[in-house]
Amino acid sequence: MSDALTVPVSSTATAVELTGITKTYPGVIANADVTVRVAAGTVHAIVGENGAGKSTLMKILYGATRPDHGTMQVDGRPVTFSSPSDAIDVGIGMVFQHFKLAENLSVLDNVILGAEPMRRSRFGSIDRDLAAERITRISVQYRLAVDPHAMIRDLGVGARQRVELIKVLFRGAKVLILDEPTALLTVHEASDLLSQIRGLCQDGLTVLFISHHLDEVLGVSDAITVMRRGEVVATVVPAEIEQQELAVMMVGAEPAELPRRALGGTRPPLLELRGLSATRDGGGRIDGLDLTVGAGEIVGIAGVEGNGQDELVEAILGVLDLDQGQIVLEGEDLTNTATAERLRMGIGCIPQDRQREGVLLDQPLWMSQMLGHLHDPNFRRGPWLRMASVRRAAAAVVADADVRVPSIDISAAALSGGNQQKFIVGRELAADPKVLIAAQPTRGVDVGAQRQIWTRLVEAAERGTGIMIVSADLEELMSLSDRIAVMARGQIVAIYDATDATVAAIGSSMTVGAT
Amino acid sequence: MSEGSPVEGFIKRVLSPARLGSMSLHAAAVALSLLFAVTVLGLILAAYGTRPSAVIDVVGEYALTGPGWVAIVNKSTTYFLAGLAAAVGFRMYLFNIGIDGQYRLGVFAAAVVGGALGLPMLLQIPLMILVACLVAGAYAAIAAYLRAERGVSEVISTIMLNAIATGVISYLLSPKRFGVLEDGSSNVQTALIPESGRLPAISIPGAGEVYGFTVIAVIIGILYWLVTERSRFGFELTATGSAPRAALLSGTNPRRMVMITLIASGALAGTVGLPELLGSTHRYGISFPSGLAWVGLSIAIVGRNHPVGVALGALLWAFLERCALPLDLLGVPKEVISVVQASVVLAVVAMYELVHQISERRERRRAAAFARPAAPQGSPA
Repeated sequence: MSDALTVPVSSTATAVELTGITKTYPGVIANADVTVRVAAGTVHAIVGENGAGKSTLMKILYGATRPDHGTMQVDGRPVTFSSPSDAIDVGIGMVFQHFKLAENLSVLDNVILGAEPMRRSRFGSIDRDLAAERITRISVQYRLAVDPHAMIRDLGVGARQRVELIKVLFRGAKVLILDEPTALLTVHEASDLLSQIRGLCQDGLTVLFISHHLDEVLGVSDAITVMRRGEVVATVVPAEIEQQELAVMMVGAEPAELPRRALGGTRPPLLELRGLSATRDGGGRIDGLDLTVGAGEIVGIAGVEGNGQDELVEAILGVLDLDQGQIVLEGEDLTNTATAERLRMGIGCIPQDRQREGVLLDQPLWMSQMLGHLHDPNFRRGPWLRMASVRRAAAAVVADADVRVPSIDISAAALSGGNQQKFIVGRELAADPKVLIAAQPTRGVDVGAQRQIWTRLVEAAERGTGIMIVSADLEELMSLSDRIAVMARGQIVAIYDATDATVAAIGSSMTVGAT
Repeated sequence: MSEGSPVEGFIKRVLSPARLGSMSLHAAAVALSLLFAVTVLGLILAAYGTRPSAVIDVVGEYALTGPGWVAIVNKSTTYFLAGLAAAVGFRMYLFNIGIDGQYRLGVFAAAVVGGALGLPMLLQIPLMILVACLVAGAYAAIAAYLRAERGVSEVISTIMLNAIATGVISYLLSPKRFGVLEDGSSNVQTALIPESGRLPAISIPGAGEVYGFTVIAVIIGILYWLVTERSRFGFELTATGSAPRAALLSGTNPRRMVMITLIASGALAGTVGLPELLGSTHRYGISFPSGLAWVGLSIAIVGRNHPVGVALGALLWAFLERCALPLDLLGVPKEVISVVQASVVLAVVAMYELVHQISERRERRRAAAFARPAAPQGSPA
């Protein structure tokens, strides 16, 4: 990034200052030497893709987890938190992405739950009148229209969001952390909320705003801190940066030096997606998507998250039903086949959420070898499993993919994220699939494991496997792909050859009309 | 992991087969739990002013004798089958409280068919078993459909279906339909099953007769183990219970698994009444109790869903219930036994969780110690 963009935010007072925050989990560095200064009375946005470390940083600031290193200051005074209640005591309140409200209670009950104002009598009873008065005062002062006696179940999403805001304000918060506050709102509700957030700041509150919707962030913030892979990339002022530049900062840019094979002319098409349309209930969609993956080709899928990437992966696997379109593997139509049949035909998948989708956390590691490979004739005889053979295969994957475990009988949960991911990648490649769908293949793993996984994927492509990589990490896509397809609104909006793809061009395709 | 997961994880572990923890740790956990239950019993006895030695004497005389053991084994056969039926549901974290209604409908249907036919034994008995399983499984299919396709909690639906089963049986068990009213009796029963529909018992000299169905129950236990631990279907069950999304992406349909699991649980529940029907009563009447679902669920938890554990749990339950009568003779109400059983379940759940935590910590340390020297923590590029 050009240094001119990195403008220190100056203001009279500092509300929150985080210095040198580092937090590691086994095999994953969630925050590396993060320093952020938030000026009082401003909206400060923290942006970054999933896994960039935003949530960990906010958890630290909210007292839900403790940093390994680093210091925190609130209003100029150093603080340490051992629980969220310590954070509330110094005026830091958090509003979570998923509302934490009791449906069958009133707004008032939800707001006071855990912070009940008591009457001063011998036995002490809850002073509901006082509570109602305070709630009304807060909702008038900050223009958060909510009736304290309404039932939560009768309220819409936007009103529930306001109740969450009142909940933290009721507890005397001066610094509000909002985690993806617009994720569940309609466009109209979201714009209402954003103007309310501005209003909070005019009344002297400080708002930390987590999001990956760049247009929102640019519209509402006074300062923006961009995070990637656990580090702060830059802190910038919205007036001085374009949305496209911000997108590029989020996803990173520098391609890694990897053994590149010669890009041959035409490759026989392996996987052909013809006019795929599918909609997930209450989720995203793909809309008339066409794409071909050739033998030995790596096709990268870029795009801002939530533009149909998940639906694309599920549609190829047969988990999400198609409304329209055709999926063809080596000339055979897979459109109406079940997931198990598609796996048997030679589609492999590295799922994006390794803990929920890639391994069985509470089972011994060797059991996860069978996930997605029950069709393997080595693994069963009729309806019965061939345990010895499964164990041998798991042991081979562990040795081959450099998974560091003392034994294959240890539960998968005991492995670090990087080792879990190496196991999953090893398992999928050991089956020598015709087509491999790799969703976020290196998300959240350390650099060592990332390089190993990248090398294995390139080797597999050289052996003729067609690979589709869906990734939020542009560095990964630029390093590995032969072609990069950019998704927006469920469609492929642009396809670049690796040789002439530029970060700027991809960044602009990603943001043009992205949701 | 979300904030809600510690409790969810705990419940899942209570209902799952043990994956962590050695045999000896589990044995110690059970021993400590029994010690706790015995202490509770001791306190209650002390409150009644009963001497412990008198209790030991009377229990020894009544339960720990040849006839006592035969009665215990016979009763535990029924409990074992109820425990296995519950354990099948637990593989998918389903509470099949409908074991009660399913087993009574199943055994009632088997009694009606058995009483109406006079086939050779090699046909008659398998046919009765088949009818019991089919009817019970079909009844469970109602709750299975509601759960898989409509999202109705199986706890609610099976409780209601139990009440419906009671009504259906009383309707059918009238002298105008399948009932028979013997002279001089006010009990309506089904017709007596002919000789060919009675399973030969195993005679123990001086002690009595063990149900022939006990042997079949052991075979069912072995089959249960083979299917859950050694078959493709068993793996799909484990995977769906452990990580539904992972199972879905690897081609297992979770809804289908819910259907199959609940129906299988129901079919197993169908066998629960058979030891008694084929071995002693030879007709359906008032002797078939309700409430076996709770026994089954408790035993499955205590036995950690493993057939051997479930068998031991069933024996313990039957033994404790055998002790109810002698305690009554000493002036201690027999409900004390329920208190002891509940204490066992409570203590065992707590102790198993402790075993899990100890073993998990051990395992993590082992994995971390292995990974550390070779994989130094780098900083991101």
